[in-house]
Amino acid sequence: MPKLLVKNLRKVFGTFEAVKDVSFQVEEKETLCLLGPSGCGKTTTLRIIAGLEVPTSGEVFVDGRLVNDVPPQNREIGLVFQDYAIFPHLSVFENIAYGLRVRKMPLAQLKREVHETASLVGVDNILDVAGKKLSLSEMQRVAVGRSIVLDPKLLLLDEPLSNIDAKAREKMRAELGKMQKEIGIATVYVTHDQLEAMTLADRIAVMRNGLIDQIGTTGEIYDNGRTLFVAKFIGSPAMNLIDCELVYSEERGVLKSEDLALDITELGEAVRDKVEGKELIFGIRPEDVSVEVHKTNSGAIEAAVQLAEPIGAKSIYHLKMGRITVLAKDYSMPDVGVGSKVWVTFNKDKIRLFDKKTEEAIL
Amino acid sequence: MVGLRFVNVSKKAGKKEILTKVSFEVADKELFVFAGPPGAGKTTLLKIIAGLVAPDEGEVYIGSQIVNTVPPGDRDVGMVFEVPPIYPNRTGFQNIAFPLEIKKVSSDQVKERVGEVAELLQITHLLDRKPSTYSGGELQRVALARVLVRKPRILLLDEPLKNLDAKIRETTRVELKRLQQEFGITMIFSTHDELEATAIGDRVGVMNGGVIEQIGAPRELYSSPRTVFVARFIGSPTMNLVDCGLKQMGERWILDASDFTVDMTAPVRGIGVEAMTEGLLLGVRPEDVILHDSREPRFFEGKVELTQNFGDERVVTVKVGKATLNCLTGKDRMFRHGQRVYVGFREEKAHVFCKKTGIGLA
Repeated sequence: MPKLLVKNLRKVFGTFEAVKDVSFQVEEKETLCLLGPSGCGKTTTLRIIAGLEVPTSGEVFVDGRLVNDVPPQNREIGLVFQDYAIFPHLSVFENIAYGLRVRKMPLAQLKREVHETASLVGVDNILDVAGKKLSLSEMQRVAVGRSIVLDPKLLLLDEPLSNIDAKAREKMRAELGKMQKEIGIATVYVTHDQLEAMTLADRIAVMRNGLIDQIGTTGEIYDNGRTLFVAKFIGSPAMNLIDCELVYSEERGVLKSEDLALDITELGEAVRDKVEGKELIFGIRPEDVSVEVHKTNSGAIEAAVQLAEPIGAKSIYHLKMGRITVLAKDYSMPDVGVGSKVWVTFNKDKIRLFDKKTEEAIL
Repeated sequence: MVGLRFVNVSKKAGKKEILTKVSFEVADKELFVFAGPPGAGKTTLLKIIAGLVAPDEGEVYIGSQIVNTVPPGDRDVGMVFEVPPIYPNRTGFQNIAFPLEIKKVSSDQVKERVGEVAELLQITHLLDRKPSTYSGGELQRVALARVLVRKPRILLLDEPLKNLDAKIRETTRVELKRLQQEFGITMIFSTHDELEATAIGDRVGVMNGGVIEQIGAPRELYSSPRTVFVARFIGSPTMNLVDCGLKQMGERWILDASDFTVDMTAPVRGIGVEAMTEGLLLGVRPEDVILHDSREPRFFEGKVELTQNFGDERVVTVKVGKATLNCLTGKDRMFRHGQRVYVGFREEKAHVFCKKTGIGLA
């Protein structure tokens, strides 16, 4: 039985349909990320699961129990907010113990539970420290501890890393990942940050305009985005997308756009019946475009470097081919500066094709 | 020549030193980035260039002229703030035209110059609309247009992309760089985001606690950080830093991190570190940590604690004894939580820092 089952959820605010028709489930020990741009309906979905919003229609089951009419505090759901909501004047111990005190748990048992949870989330050495003296990373741990001490069936996290600067976020993301593994509670995690979703989730649900475009593992979503939107939203820098058509002549299949012709005969045969007469969009990720100074590959295409952005050991090259700009992510070459001529090769195994009209993936 | 030069500039707020003896030079038409965490002194530094804050000590040169006592309006410096002050009840056109109207530029000329800038920034569709209808990126571009329309010699941008969505940030960054190249202006840009800094900057000055720790081209900062702070700040995932000591064994120099050792003979040779045998930090970038499935000479046993999938790459966190190391691997290699692996290092790429002073030794 799934720990969470969401069926045909819909939510209308006045004339605005925030959530149109959302269904998914979360298994035991699984972390599912709801990912999408602002306004896609992810936070509303989370708030409905938590019981903070009433759905217009649809059902929410927690551990097999229909909870639509159950008030938030009785849903056995732990909720961690964006700002952690730690009581500043209470110690870490009292912050974690708060929910247990509300439930009037006997003191001996309460102490045991708090200590157990504190060691699980790694704050057992700072139990006496006041909330206001905690670092961000400690606050995150305490906030999770305070939720899981109540033994919830499900944990909900609402953009817990969104207000933290880039360097600290990297560290806290890893900590959160380790904590999840230790705790092993089914979790729904809401974020607009694709990197966070990719690194923390077992599965990702990519949302847009109140609907889920695709649910899958990071690998599935990254390599096989089912729609143009998913392909574009996941990955940084974004996938190159070029309007084109597939032209067959003399047994060759050639991808043609205004300034690019790419022979993809083998791939072309496989999709021949699916692309007939369609306008296409050709997609390739920047890391699947390689750059070299001297032509070593007969299929390489000439391009001019418009911009080179060094990122770590690699660079993002903005390459001009006629009127088209293609981004490549490759190891940096010191002698490739702005304006220089280079040779570009596309990794043909990684080519994606989308139907321009339906925006759905063909290949 | 409209370069810029700081000579030993200091600024205090009460007793707190905001900037301490800051010196640097920005060349004409250069895109120079100040990068550092919040509180490093970036905004104060930019305000001193603009003339909005007076330094306590030191000289500020624009071109060959000392400008310490030149009022902001006469410096020909434009500044775009993190939260741009845009008038909500004026249209895009009125907002952009405002600085020209103050200068009593003729209305024909105002129209022409606003039109020019708007076209360049692709905001002509916003000229008749009021700011409440703009997206974050559009608002930022209108603010930028209002500064550019004055044709300043030096353009200052204080965290201009901070409040934008990740996706828009990437494209706006590229637009800014292209703009700077096309206009041929000297641009000084501040950010807390190292990725943004290295992507956009011709050179980057890394700031920490009111001092510039290092100035260099992006690649130089990445491959040869002069301090632990720079090593940690530049690069994502962050460089691994592990406590260690240095031992001489015959002809070889060995870094001993108690749970593993690294042969540092090549990097250490000839720098006279004989005295520094303790209190060191080993620095290795995640892409210079190698994972093998079976034991090999000079590989050390560890256990996988966490794997993070970045789409095109994977970051694997491995515990080796007490040390935790991040390793960057290809997307096609799979690792289980708790799996045993063997860790090795690209020794020629390793760095050594003095733990106490934070200064790089090799």
